[in-house]
Amino acid sequence: MFDFPKSLTFHFGKYVSDLVDWLTVHWEGFFNGIRVGLLWVLNQLNDFLLWMPWWFFILVVFLLAWQFKSVASGILFACFLMLIGIFGYWDEMMYTLCLVISSVVISLIIGIPLGILMANSRRFEIIAKPILDAMQTMPTFVYLIPALFFFGLGLIPGVLSTIIYALPPVMRLTNLAIRGVPDEVVEASLSFGSSRWQLLTKVQIPQALPTIMAGVNQTTMMALAMVVVASMVGVKGLGLEVLTALGQIDVAKGFEAGISIVFLAIIIDRITLAISNSFQKQR
Amino acid sequence: MTLKMEIKEVTKIFGPHPKKIIKSLQKGLSKDDILKKTGHTVGVDRVSLEINDGEMFVIMGLSGSGKSTLIRCFNLLNRPTAGSIIVDGEDVTTYDRKALKDFRQKKIAMVFQHFGLFDHRTVLENVAYGLEVRKVSQKERLEIAQTSLETVGLKGWEDKYPNELSGGMQQRVGLARALANDPDILLMDEPFSALDPLIRREMQLELIDLQNKLQKTIVFITHDVNEAFKIGDRVAVMKDGRVEQVGTPEDILSSPANDYIEAFVKDIDRSKILQAEGIMIKPNALVRLKDGVNVAIKEMRSNGLSSVFVVDKDRQLKGIVTIDDALTALKEGQTLQSVIKHNYETAEAEDYVQDLIDKAIQTSYPIAILKGQKLLGIVPRAVVLSSLASQ
Repeated sequence: MFDFPKSLTFHFGKYVSDLVDWLTVHWEGFFNGIRVGLLWVLNQLNDFLLWMPWWFFILVVFLLAWQFKSVASGILFACFLMLIGIFGYWDEMMYTLCLVISSVVISLIIGIPLGILMANSRRFEIIAKPILDAMQTMPTFVYLIPALFFFGLGLIPGVLSTIIYALPPVMRLTNLAIRGVPDEVVEASLSFGSSRWQLLTKVQIPQALPTIMAGVNQTTMMALAMVVVASMVGVKGLGLEVLTALGQIDVAKGFEAGISIVFLAIIIDRITLAISNSFQKQR
Repeated sequence: MTLKMEIKEVTKIFGPHPKKIIKSLQKGLSKDDILKKTGHTVGVDRVSLEINDGEMFVIMGLSGSGKSTLIRCFNLLNRPTAGSIIVDGEDVTTYDRKALKDFRQKKIAMVFQHFGLFDHRTVLENVAYGLEVRKVSQKERLEIAQTSLETVGLKGWEDKYPNELSGGMQQRVGLARALANDPDILLMDEPFSALDPLIRREMQLELIDLQNKLQKTIVFITHDVNEAFKIGDRVAVMKDGRVEQVGTPEDILSSPANDYIEAFVKDIDRSKILQAEGIMIKPNALVRLKDGVNVAIKEMRSNGLSSVFVVDKDRQLKGIVTIDDALTALKEGQTLQSVIKHNYETAEAEDYVQDLIDKAIQTSYPIAILKGQKLLGIVPRAVVLSSLASQ
């Protein structure tokens, strides 16, 4: 009487699963193409990161921090990187960086144009908003499963699920930033006979850039937050070390790998934030 | 005077189905009824105006009167729901995308209330924007922008960013940006409202000077009656999306079309609107130099005056003679020439009453209104003050 009637239960998930099955069978070539293409790019990036001499990488980070923040933070970040190396996680850090960089770049390539589209089309915004909400609130493990089906184990499903998770902030903030350009400024541009493209490239995007950069920063941090989850589908790197430490209940290892992720996060966050602030300061 | 813009029955309605609302408007439903019944806002209601070439045309109204909506129809930032806008004989509302771009690039430019500057660009790049859109070469457009900046007195500020400038200077940039395109028509949407009063007055005077030099057709929006009457050649007063009266400041001041306008102009500082021409009177008596002292005394006696202006045969003003001096001259046998004085005040027909006040205090004679040296009329001291009281 008080229980929900059994006869009304209906499993919708079955159809989703059928769809995924159907896609894996009939769209195999398509997914294979993506996998092969993406894998090639990722391998190039990975090889480059690993090939780079360790001191050179530290120098680059130091110089970036010096340029956009201060000498003190440059030294601090260099020490962080040294520590990660001392823990023996240099290569793992590079794998993680490869995941983060590639998924952030792809997120931006997709997210910024879609954000601009959202700003210009009320209809697209109405459709896109709930999808973005879903992308961010759905537990990340859920979309790891179909990603596994389509692309198998490894870096690719890791990158793709990271993109799904990291895409919304940059898309949302791009939308917000473009809409936030004052009406009079847009009117001024139009009143001189600008085309839509001139309005976008000469006025709206430059005006929106500081906010878009804040979105880039957030997207980067989201991508970094996916590192451990992505390791579940077999992405090598610091996340995998944390995961194995968890499996072995190895506190020492867990601490070292965990703190390494924190260091990396601090460095990436502070440097991207400083760069995005420098856009604001130019005004 | 040639016609530059002709606004014919322009209506702008905001809402989902604006075209359908026009009929109710024609049936005579009020703005409020339409909003209540259909949710549509009537911004501009069948406005017709004629704006002449080289004219400073001011559209004045309180906030919500539709003046900003109307001015945005002129360059089609707002597309009119109905009506036509004819510029140099062409109806711009029928323009396609390309023709409209061309029209905006070459013929018409706008200055905004909150400046509408691009704060990611330097002052010079802001001013060059209109030319950049037209694809003028970088070298040429920066040169033109430089000249334009000098016109508005901002030389030396080229490489600053807009937010490093004060409000008044930012609006100069906005003006320079509009002028750089060398448009025939300049639209100014409350350009000085965001500035503080001292700067505003300065900018008004500069705009008047600039307009004397450039002779553009300017459509100027304001909610400030004093500003409207100070700078406008003609003024249109708007209320609830309609134009209530169009005329020169003096026309509106002397014969307001209805109570609304009368209330509007009641507080205005008349001394800044009324010109000497409007209050001067024909002198009751004039003495010619060759008439001599006797005639002068007779003229003053018969008209009950204590002084009289002396002119030559071409009405060129020679001086003034008082009754005391004339009597002394008669007694001592002097000529009229030897007793005339020159310590009177003069003004021109276009001078504002405000400038006459000081002069009225300085002198004890009527003020002579001259064109060159020719005497057009006189303004007795009492008239200066009485002209300021509204009827």
